[in-house]
Amino acid sequence: MSIEVIGISKTFGTFKALNNVSLNFPDGELVALLGPSGCGKTTLLRVIAGLEHADTGRIVLDGADATDKDVRQRRVGFVFQHYALFRHMTVFENIAFGLRVRPRRERPSEKDIRAKVNRLLDLVQLGWVANRFPSQLSGGQRQRIALARALAVEPRVLLLDEPFGALDAKVRKELRRWLRTLHDELHISSIFVTHDQEEALEVSDRIVLVNKGQVEQIGTPKEIYEQPATAFAYSFIGSVNEFRGRVDGDFVRVGDEKLRFQTGTFKNGQEVVAFSRPHDTEIVANPQSEDGVSASIKRILGTGAVARVELVANGEAREGRKEFFEVEIPGSDVQSLGLSTGQHVKLRGRRLSVFADQNGTQAAS
Amino acid sequence: MATVAATFDARSDTASKFEANPATRDSAWVKYLVIGVGLTYFTIFLLLPLIAVFVEAFRKGAGTYFAALVEPDALSAIRLTILAAAISVPLNLVFGVSAAWAIAKFQFPGKNFLITLIDLPFSVSPVVAGLIYVLVFGLQGWFGPWLNEHDIKVIFAVPGIVLATIFVTFPFIARELIPLMQAQGRDEEEAAISLGASGLQTFWRVTIPNVKWALLYGVILCNARAMGEFGAVSVVSGHIRGETNTMPLHVEILYNEYQFAAAFAVASLLALLALVTLVLKTYVEWRSHRPVAGEQVS
Repeated sequence: MSIEVIGISKTFGTFKALNNVSLNFPDGELVALLGPSGCGKTTLLRVIAGLEHADTGRIVLDGADATDKDVRQRRVGFVFQHYALFRHMTVFENIAFGLRVRPRRERPSEKDIRAKVNRLLDLVQLGWVANRFPSQLSGGQRQRIALARALAVEPRVLLLDEPFGALDAKVRKELRRWLRTLHDELHISSIFVTHDQEEALEVSDRIVLVNKGQVEQIGTPKEIYEQPATAFAYSFIGSVNEFRGRVDGDFVRVGDEKLRFQTGTFKNGQEVVAFSRPHDTEIVANPQSEDGVSASIKRILGTGAVARVELVANGEAREGRKEFFEVEIPGSDVQSLGLSTGQHVKLRGRRLSVFADQNGTQAAS
Repeated sequence: MATVAATFDARSDTASKFEANPATRDSAWVKYLVIGVGLTYFTIFLLLPLIAVFVEAFRKGAGTYFAALVEPDALSAIRLTILAAAISVPLNLVFGVSAAWAIAKFQFPGKNFLITLIDLPFSVSPVVAGLIYVLVFGLQGWFGPWLNEHDIKVIFAVPGIVLATIFVTFPFIARELIPLMQAQGRDEEEAAISLGASGLQTFWRVTIPNVKWALLYGVILCNARAMGEFGAVSVVSGHIRGETNTMPLHVEILYNEYQFAAAFAVASLLALLALVTLVLKTYVEWRSHRPVAGEQVS
């Protein structure tokens, strides 16, 4: 089912959780709503589900306006971060709940309910826990049961609110791979909220990057990773080296130093922030070099094909940059450049991405 | 609730662990001194009076004991006590559940005021509570003349006793439910609605089962207080024998008339009620902390 979000705004007290958000979720895709905590992504999910009412804007489900429909009529499956399983019911009854509360006319027979619940239990590979209570299951098992319960009512769309947020790292990884497989089997339109970029990049067909109640960028994981559209997108996805300064001809002036960059759509003197991915950052061994920002090597990790070099800004020239830098260079370069811990060097961006600096602290990492 | 359950279960473990570990073990005389003080205190102030009630009740033999219980005034007192409890407990049950539900699951202006107000009967002396009703419904009170005109008797009659009982037992159920419901949050209710359940279905199938043990616990305490209440009821009752005397009031009257055996006989019923309440309370506590019942929050 397609989901359209048109001009949604939502305010809690004085806090603007969503600011005029418009989105289009195509049918059958697994979409990640990605953003830092407090960016409004969960609110957006709850507005789509009908658990929260937007101040303005419309929600269109499958071409029909659903703005004034309540959550029961929207037929969405919702999966909560903390599972929200009914603690006094067995796993079986939890999954059967959505079928049992239907009006008598639409309610399936006991036999059908039984068959359906068992089918769902098989789908989530947990047939053997049917008679247990939620408190007797592990976190990963609970979330799979919660998913089965949501699927029992045959929702038109599946909404998952930080579904793996409460799980430990290993289970998390397993479960998201499993979710991807499940989605490939069922092809039900799904939206899941996450603050974990790795999770979003690995699992989703499409990522909606949200920041401060607004959509920053929409795209496939590849697009989001390789062509970040905004300064926020750049700093939120993947590791990045960040430099702040002013445009000075073909250079970005960072403190007393300068970095060369290619595109010139900026006015001279404009405040900008420049990003460079670790593998696109170069180390210049000569600290007297004209071009580049000075730093000193703190650690050199890995001497195989790729070496990771961690650097810190030099004490006297910290203006306009973050304290730490990370550079990935071929392992052989460590030898040929003669790099060693404590050495003063200069950093240069091979492909510097430059954005206008709207406010000094916007780009959080 | 998980933490409560955990400490509940772990309590004996911790004690034996402390004892087994020389680093945390206290010397024997400290141990026996503390236990001795505790037990002495318990015996003098709790156990002795309880035994005394039954000893005094049977002092003149079982015949006198049962005669005192089946005497018409005593029977009337027992009936009135049960009536007062039978009205006030269900009313407070309905009120307590709705108040707890409103407070725990919704945000609204005046919420803190409502919470404070619910506690009022706990903080105000029962005698004052009784007086309030006399001032409102008594002959000289606000509604007194109007009630008198329509020949409705509230004060010095059964309605006054019921009202006073409701007032003092007001907080028991709500107080028991509010923290639990707040801790449980709204997730399960939201899950139920998203699965298509109506508001009523959600309430009966999710909200109530989740708090049933706390609810029962509240009802037991509420009932015990409703039957045992003396102060507030005493003010509004008027002490008319066979009409407006509850059991505690009946005990007082008998005692003042030097019918000690009869007084203690009726008192022993109240003591029995207390014992039954304690047993039920312990059972409910035990049930609600049993993890197998699926009551634990993760």
